[in-house]
Amino acid sequence: MLCDDCGRKEAVVHITQIGADGRVEKHLCESCAAAYNDFVGVQQDGRHVSVDDFLRGIFGSAQGQENKASGGTGELSCPHCGMSYRDFRQTGKIGCAACYDTFRGQLEPILRRIHGSSVHRGKIPHRSGGTLELKQTIAQLSQQLKACVEQEEYEKAAELRDKVRALKQELQQKEGGQDHE
Amino acid sequence: MNELDTLLQASKVAWLTAEGDDSDVVLASRIRLARNLRQLPFPNRADLAQLQKADESLQGAMPAVETALGEHMTRVDMENISGLQREVLRDKQLISDNLLKNPQHRTVYCNDSQNVSVMVNEDDHIRIQCLTPGLNLETPLQKAFAVDDALEGQLDIAFDEKMGYLTACPTNMGTGLRASVLLHLPGMVYTRNVSSIINISPQLGLAVRPLFGDEKEQPGCLFQIANQLTLGYSEQELIDNLRGAVTEIVAHERRARKALALYMKERLEDEVWRAVGTLSYARLLSEKEVLELASRLRLGLDLKLIRGIAPECYGEVLISGRSSFLQNLAENENLTKTEIDRLRAQHVRKILERYRLRLEE
Repeated sequence: MLCDDCGRKEAVVHITQIGADGRVEKHLCESCAAAYNDFVGVQQDGRHVSVDDFLRGIFGSAQGQENKASGGTGELSCPHCGMSYRDFRQTGKIGCAACYDTFRGQLEPILRRIHGSSVHRGKIPHRSGGTLELKQTIAQLSQQLKACVEQEEYEKAAELRDKVRALKQELQQKEGGQDHE
Repeated sequence: MNELDTLLQASKVAWLTAEGDDSDVVLASRIRLARNLRQLPFPNRADLAQLQKADESLQGAMPAVETALGEHMTRVDMENISGLQREVLRDKQLISDNLLKNPQHRTVYCNDSQNVSVMVNEDDHIRIQCLTPGLNLETPLQKAFAVDDALEGQLDIAFDEKMGYLTACPTNMGTGLRASVLLHLPGMVYTRNVSSIINISPQLGLAVRPLFGDEKEQPGCLFQIANQLTLGYSEQELIDNLRGAVTEIVAHERRARKALALYMKERLEDEVWRAVGTLSYARLLSEKEVLELASRLRLGLDLKLIRGIAPECYGEVLISGRSSFLQNLAENENLTKTEIDRLRAQHVRKILERYRLRLEE
């Protein structure tokens, strides 16, 4: 028996609905039956495509390129949580903080594809951010300094120059301190 | 009444009060930050013991958050409450679907006015959420930063110098920020302009989705618009971008409302007053019906077509219109649909009576 709706494929779903119009019989193929949400009682939710599906796709294609380039990353797995690259492809989720170090090479192109960038420019944690916060402040002040010089506001520029100098010294001390550890 | 009951039974929430900037169109603004603990696998990869450890770490850090906010945070264990109670929390936007479905070692901390919540073991170990009425992304951002700073003072947060805050889903990486705004767009819906906003928004790095319903039908005309990108921009840039788009949408919505009020005033007036009538006197109301009628009521109030009712009633009607809220209040999960509809109509009637200033015209 062919499908009542498209008349092309074999009908595999048979529905009898008894309603106000009396008895209605429908014989549908799989794809047409899927469209009959209310009829078959399939929840709308089931049809929604989640962002994870797309990520899976992105992970998959990124690995394809990687395979061609380096002969496979399938064996690479995170030493901290044991997640392998294949797991990413299946779940679209990352396992732990250490995964980002393990798979940095694979993740950066993916991040660029999602966000158009792979460099963070926002808030930095005071404690675990290391010297990054200091570096960012220096960069910001230097930019202001340059603007001041261009606008010939030399007094303000001198003030900023001193600030930048002091911060650079602080940075040097901190980084020096870390080297000794 | 214990803390949990107060949290669940209050029909007034601080972020739905008809106050704030552009509140004729923007009902509320929300900031969410995603954070993770450095040492533990992310919740999707963690076993129960690790989830518990994350939960305990957060519990230890919460006093610092309370000090930073100067507010008490009520702890609610998802495992200790019923599915119905979880639904109420979800409908009040305090927890996500994820917490609703997987309650094991999932916890939420929430302040009394219900505008700050910290979810534990959602997609990420920590989800900080701050809500505020009207279009105002700065205040909740500063509040969320304060919570973040307090937590970071106690906990080792997963952060990478180049990639920023590390999250379970790469779509949240970097800032971990999701800023969203709840919009009431009856003008755009009636003039059939909503789809154009939905289609344009991805080009601006934003996503628009109806709060209830689907692409075809959106009962209540409520839409959420949020940033999609989280990496490569600062938090301030991301919320500036969102605010820019929202301001544009607000202008369009006002124009649409103006057109409606101009070209079909009588019809509009009839619709909004019918809504007031039904909400005030109906004996049975379905969930969808309340959403639709409340939307018309709100439109009437915003256009000053309806006088004599305080606009704050809208938020309470919306919260009390939810089936889960009513079932929880009745302490009965097995109410029939008619019983819930009767209860709903009763509650809505009472709310309107309470907010009626004077009704003579």
